[in-house]
This record gives sequence, structure tokens and C-alpha cells, in this order.
Amino acid sequence: MATEHRARPSPPFFASLVTAGTFLLLYIPLFVLVTYSFVQTDLDGNSSFTWNWYYEAVADSSLQQALWMSLMVGVWSTLGATLLGTTAALALERTDFPGKKIFDALTLVPLIVPEIVMALSLLIWFVILKISLGGISIVLAHITFSFSYVIITVRTRLADFDHSLEEAARDLGATPWKTFWKVTFPLIWPGILSGALMAFTLSFDDFLITFFTAGVGSDTLPVKLYSMIKFGISPKINALSTLILLATALLVLMIFRPKRSMKTISKESGETSVPDALKALG
Amino acid sequence: MTLWGLKNLFSSHALLLWFRSMLELKGIRKSFGKTEAVRPTDLVIQDGEFFSMLGPSGCGKTTLLRMLGGFEKPTAGEIYLNGIRIDQLPPHERQCNTVFQRYALFPHLDVFENVAFGLRMRKISGTELNERVSEALELVQMKEYLHRSVTTLSGGQQQRIALARALINKPKVLLLDEPLSALDLKLRQQMKVELLSLQRCLKQTFIFVTHDQEEALSVSDRIAVMNKGVVDQVGTSQEIYEFPRTLFVAQFIGSMNTIEGEVKDFNSQAITLAGSAKRILTVKPSRDGFRPLPQVQSGLAVQMMIRPEKLKVLKSSPQPDQNYIEGMIKEVLYKGPVTQFLIQAKEIPSLMMTVVQTNSAVSAKKTFNMGDRVFAAWAPEDCILMGKDGPLPVSVFETEPLELRALP
Amino acid sequence: MSSQKSRTRYKLVPPIALPTMGWMLWFLMIPMGIVLIYSLVMKGIYGGIVWQMTFENYERAFDWLYLKIFLQSLKLALLTAISCLLIGYPMAYVIATANQKYRSALLILLIIPFWTNFVVRTYALKVLFSEQGPLNAAAMALGFFSEPISFSNSYGMVWIGMVTNYLPYMVLPLYVSIEKFDFSLLEAGRDLGASSWNNFWKVLVPLTKPGIITGFILVFTPALGEFLIPDLLGGARSMLMGNLITEQFLKMRDWPFGSALSIILMSIVLISLVIVIRVWMKEEQTKVEAEAAHGH
Repeated sequence: MATEHRARPSPPFFASLVTAGTFLLLYIPLFVLVTYSFVQTDLDGNSSFTWNWYYEAVADSSLQQALWMSLMVGVWSTLGATLLGTTAALALERTDFPGKKIFDALTLVPLIVPEIVMALSLLIWFVILKISLGGISIVLAHITFSFSYVIITVRTRLADFDHSLEEAARDLGATPWKTFWKVTFPLIWPGILSGALMAFTLSFDDFLITFFTAGVGSDTLPVKLYSMIKFGISPKINALSTLILLATALLVLMIFRPKRSMKTISKESGETSVPDALKALG
Repeated sequence: MTLWGLKNLFSSHALLLWFRSMLELKGIRKSFGKTEAVRPTDLVIQDGEFFSMLGPSGCGKTTLLRMLGGFEKPTAGEIYLNGIRIDQLPPHERQCNTVFQRYALFPHLDVFENVAFGLRMRKISGTELNERVSEALELVQMKEYLHRSVTTLSGGQQQRIALARALINKPKVLLLDEPLSALDLKLRQQMKVELLSLQRCLKQTFIFVTHDQEEALSVSDRIAVMNKGVVDQVGTSQEIYEFPRTLFVAQFIGSMNTIEGEVKDFNSQAITLAGSAKRILTVKPSRDGFRPLPQVQSGLAVQMMIRPEKLKVLKSSPQPDQNYIEGMIKEVLYKGPVTQFLIQAKEIPSLMMTVVQTNSAVSAKKTFNMGDRVFAAWAPEDCILMGKDGPLPVSVFETEPLELRALP
Repeated sequence: MSSQKSRTRYKLVPPIALPTMGWMLWFLMIPMGIVLIYSLVMKGIYGGIVWQMTFENYERAFDWLYLKIFLQSLKLALLTAISCLLIGYPMAYVIATANQKYRSALLILLIIPFWTNFVVRTYALKVLFSEQGPLNAAAMALGFFSEPISFSNSYGMVWIGMVTNYLPYMVLPLYVSIEKFDFSLLEAGRDLGASSWNNFWKVLVPLTKPGIITGFILVFTPALGEFLIPDLLGGARSMLMGNLITEQFLKMRDWPFGSALSIILMSIVLISLVIVIRVWMKEEQTKVEAEAAHGH
């Protein structure tokens, strides 16, 4: 990891232009959405400021239910995916066994299988297994598509830290079990955390797989939103979307603050810490 | 039991080992798949010894150390610590502690907790813990850094903390895996001295792995020189340097001038060589009797090896009892304390002699210049004789070093 | 010297790997196997299946009607990936070369939409481009045209939706590899007389290729099976593979045909992955060979 702080060339003008333009294209729709969520138009076509759509959105019991569903599914599937992902990452980074390469390759399958194929394969399987479509089937499906991301983030972390730290602990008299809890776990904790966060976001965002595996009355927020949109554009959706947007922005700012207050043990590079989630993509 | 019987018992082989040796390796071997990292090795390391394992990277020295620490299981062989077999024990059940190459300090713990780690694992707490931690930190002169984060420490400071952490459990053996290699030159030299005085004061067994020969030579009581998974030679620094037993040791430690020739004549006092030098060269046992003459026959192809500092550069031909080679100075490298000459031998086009001379009051540089015709001379007692492809057998009168004899 | 990793060796499987292995078998491998089996049986009259082997589903999939949809999807996915690359590369370059402070800010700006709910983002585009939307309103106010233009339900809309949605998947890996790039190499190139264009093409691009390939795969693969964007923005007119499969499954209840279609989709994804990796490997191979030849 070369920490060079040399000046980098300034980009050509057109590149800056493209960047600015694209950011506009990314943000204008969101901006419009937020604006619309505060606008009320009367019969004469006059517009005015209003909080009404927010009241309506918050008061809508079916939305409350969908939000609750999303949160529950998110929490449980995050727990499951984090557990599976962390143990698998430990097995892949710290042990050797016959067929490990195959296992390693297979953990990437959820990342390359088209979402829709995974969605329908799970739908068929749940029907065969007679698992009723609802909260449980959604959680099972979400764990299946998100644990690979946890594996990647935890593995990056595990591969990053010096193996001799664990040997040092053993050398100083720690049993394997103690070594794990006193050294390995505290050091990979940030990786586990960012993996879990990723799993939660993936679960909270997911539309397609939930769309296939949700039964009647078990819509999550994105699925509910979709059916509302299909039904027609309503200002209530704008308000709801704005709320989701706000929550996301806060979450992102909290996680990717340039200087984390939590002491993360990374190699002392002066570079912006490329978040683990981001590394996973690269 | 008679007094004689008692005496006999005490001098018997097993008990001798029991009392004197700390660590004993018997036929230790390690292979990774098809590669033989360590070939069957026997080694006895004495109590309180500063023992180094020296060799180029990939020679197996680190693997050997890791087997002592318990991080690798030997493929075959046994390791005994004070007579108790330890090679199958996991690292945390061995009374050895390790200073790791890049220290392996726990980044999530501060200085205190790093040092206290070993004690906490032994369920020691309260005042005893505090006392022992500050004692250990005092030993390495890091007492004022008690609650600093280890990531903010400099390399030398981290090194000291790693030492304190490894020493706190009072291990029977301290294993040091290239502990100085991550430091810069100045600090390395300073830490080397500190390490040595620490060992002298604790009288603990230190096993020190390094690829730096100067480091090994200057601190060790004894050195094992390793090459390709084999311990080539075990001995004191002086033995290793003055009387290398294999070609590898001769060439790896320090530098050597090598002249090829064949045995012309020999007796118990001297061996004479003829060959490319077109002059009769003589080899005699070293003056201190340290290096005896090897066994040879007439006509045997041999190589004569001379250390650069044993050579003298002369303007006129030397005394008749000296060996010498005529040549021309090709390069004069002034290095401060010493000057190094490269001398092209007149009669042997392929031979470039390296001569190192101390820069005494009369500076060598002034008197010799490039292009000068000179004589490189050396005493018959100052050279080593080796066979063409390996060491020559040593005369039967010579006694073998203890560690080779101690094991069957 | 090099710290050997001493990993615990297991004769069979470490217990710690068992839960994930079991899960993968039970919820990933078996279900996919079943899709394959379903694609080879007949559809029942009222949904469901009849256990009789047939290739009819695949034969039907190669009907021109469906083939056109495959090609359309392939075209759109490729177009999306290429557009994302063309837009994403300059962006990643700008972000990677920005100074420390702005770099984090720009990254966060990029990540916020990325983490925002996908349905919300797509919906926002729909609102922006709708007939009563602000774009039409603004255009009419400025007098560009007198009647609102319908952007929605067009191929172009779907394209815009796909590009804005998948752009971060392209920019992030590109950013990671440009960030790692040693910029003094560009100075060296300059020094040796390379023009900006040559410098870019001969130095920067080859060295950031891993990012380009990762980005391409990350965009192309999901774009191929995309359902929501064409569904919300394209309406019925631009039916793509994802929509076709969803329709077969959830509306037509023709699971065997839907399964066959998904097997085909999987195959296309896998084949294109193999092609990309092959091309990459080949290039690595020639590089290694060249180095070996150079060494002797």
C-alpha cells in the first residue's frame, strides 16, 4: 500500500463536466421528489406548501405494517447472513480442507446469479417445501442473497491483518478459543459490522426477490411502494420516498464520515479509508 | 554406592544432558508438500545461551523457530525442553515466547494491555499484574508509555514492547524471529547491543533467527549456519568465521578470496600447493591450533581461501615464508575505517583479489594508487583449505565440538 | 522470511464451514437444480406441472417472438454497460484525482443514491419525466414546445433509468483501481514523449483494466435480468427478459417455460462472464509470456 501524497494531475475539463452533469442527473430527480412531497395543488392549479402528505404517509396503517415488516426482515436476515458470512470467512481464511476451492468459488454464486433467477428458484423451492410465503420465506431468501457480501467484507479484513497477531496470542498462552475472542474478533469486528450493514441495506432495499417470495399481506416497504406506484402517482409516495431518502442519507453520512470517531484499526494509510463495502466491489 | 559410582553416574550421558541442556532437537524434519523446509536436524541448545540461527532466506531457519514456538508441527523428530517432550504441544502450553518479525503487537490494545496479555491468559490480576507489567516495561525502558496506543509508537519502541510482552511470562526460552530486520541501520545497531545486555542480565536462553551475519556474529554465544534446510555448522562466532566447515559457510559468512590449485606435497606441519598461481603456496595450521590441517593426498584438487583482511598489500616482494600473488591494483575504495583494494592477479586472469586494510595513521590510500604493481601477501597460517566441491576431512587428532559429539 | 500462513488443516470439513455449506446446498444449489428440472417438464393445465420430460419449453423460447426479447435485453444491457463505462471512467478519474477533502465528499455523493432504495430512485425518474412533471413544465414555460411530450414508456427512458441506476457499480471499482494507480507513471509517459491521448490509452487504461472489467461485469450481469426499471419506466412496450420471466411466473403461471427462460438467461450471463474472463486471462498470459521472454 503505497502511501504517496503527491499531487495528482487535475482532470481534463470534459471529465469534470461529465461528472458534474451526471451528479445533476442523479440528484435532480431526488430533488424534484422532495420538492413535490411538500407541494399541494388545488383545483385551480395553484400550488402551496404543505405537510399533509407526510401526515397521510405516517398515518397509513398499511405503510406502517410494511415498514415494520421491512425492519423485522432486515434485522433477522442481517443476523443470519452475518453469522453465516463470518463463519464461512473464517473457514476460508484460516483453515484448509479438501474442496475448499470449490466452496470458495460457490460462495460467489449469489453475486453472479441474476436476481430474478434466484428469486424464482427460491419461490419454487418454498412451494415444494410447503413453506408458506411470508416473513419467514422472505428472511430465508434475503439471507441467501446477502451472506456472500458479508463473506467478502470479513475476508478482506481477515486477510488484511497480520496472521502473526494470532500466533502471538497463542504464544503468550491463549487457547484457540481465547485467541479468537481476545484478538481475532476485536480486529475483524469492523469488517463484520460493515458486512452486517451491507446485508441490512441489501435486505431493506430489495425488491425483486421479496416480490417473488412475499405472500399476501407480507409486503415489505419496497414492494408496497411498487404496488402504490403501479396504482398511480400519489403525493403520499413522494412523502414516503423523501423519508426513506432522508434515512439513507443519514445512514451513509454516519458510516462514511471522512474521519470515523470509532477507532478502526486499519493500516495507517493517510488515504481516505475506502470503506470495506466499497473494497468488496473492487 | 561408592564415590566412584556416583561420579560415574553424574558424568553419564543422559544426566549430563539433563543438567546442562535446555532444549534438544532430535531428528527434526519439516516438509511442506514436496519441499523439504528442514531436513533431519539434531541440535542441543544450552541453558542461558544466546543461540543464533543464521542463513539466507528460505534456508529453513524460520521454520525451525516456528516448530520450537509450536506454530508448525514437525513432520518427524522430537523436541525436548528440559527433558520433557514438547513438539506435540500447542503454542500456549509451551514455556517459550516469541518476538515476532514485525512485532505483532495487538493494535486494539494499549501498551499496558499488550504487555499484560500473557499474564491475563494465566489469570493473574490485581497488584501482581500491575507490578509485573511495570517491571517488564522498566526492563525495556518504556515505563512512561504505559497507556499509549501501540500504533503510535516508533519501530524501536514497538520492538521494546514486543520484548517486554514476550518476557513477562518468564519463558524458559525466548524465540526471536528476525526482530531487528524492520528497523533502520542505526536503530538496529543500538537494539542489538540492548538485546545482548538484556540477555546477559536475564541469563535466559535466547534463540535468535537472522539473515544478517554481522548481527549473528556479534551477539551470539553460538551460531547454527543453515543452508537449504540443513544445519551446515554449529559453533562460536570465531569458529564459524575462522574455520568454516563447508563451502557454503565459507562463502556465506564474510567474503573470501579463492585460489585453485592441487596438492603438491604434505606433511604434518604443512601442505604445499601448486597450480594456477605458478608459485608454491603453503598452508599451515593456524597459530592457536584452532584450525588444524586437513587430510589430503598428492594431486588432490583443492581451493585455498583467504579472508580479505588477512591479506597485505606490499610494494616489494614479501618474506620468503609468506604466500603471495603478484598483481595490479584495479580499484581503491576508501571506506572510512578501512580501505578496500581490488587486485587483478598477474598470472591468473580470472582472479580478482579483494584486500581490506585498516586505515591507520599512515593512510593506505596515499601510498597505493590504481594501476600500481603490488604483491598481495598472506601468512600460511591464515588460509583455509577446501576441496574442489566441498570440505576436506579433518585430521583425526582434532576434537569435534561438543554439540556434534553429544548426540549419537 | 515471507510469513507462511499456517492454516489449520482439516481432513474433511471444518465445523465452522458447515452452516454456510449447508445453507448454500439447501437454498442455492438445490433450488437452482430444481429450476433446471422444471425447465424440462410440461406445464399443467391449471398452473402446476406434469412430470413428463420435454424440450418443448426450450423450443418455444427460440420462437422469434421471444428471441427478439432476448436480443433486445442483450442490446440494452450492453448499451447500459458501455454508457456506464463512458460516463463512469471520467467520473472515477475526477474523484480519484480530487484532493483528499473533496474526494470523500464526492464519494459520499455517489454512494447516497447507490444506497437509496431502488424503487424510490426509479420512481423519482418517472416523476421527473412524467407528462405533468417538472421537465415538461419547464420546457413548455420556456416555449420549447406547446404540448407536453411523453417521455415515459420509451426505450430511451429505460436506458436513462438503467444508466443512472447502475452507474455507481461502474464508478466504484473504477475509482478503486484509479486510486491505486501510480500517477508518476503518467509523468514518466509524458517525459518519454507520449501525448495525453497516448498516455491515457497506453498507460492509464491498461493499468486500470481490473476495475474496468469488474465494473463491466457488475453492470452488465444485473442489467440483463432487470425487471423493475423496464416495468416502471418502459411500460408494456419495452418488454425485456426479466419482465418476460416474471410474467410467466406470476401471471401466466407457466413455471416450466419461465424456468427454461431463466436457464437461458443464466447461460447468457455465464457465457459472457467466461468470455470476459477469457479475454482478460489471455491478455495476462501474453503479458507473462512477454516478461518471460524478456528475462532470457
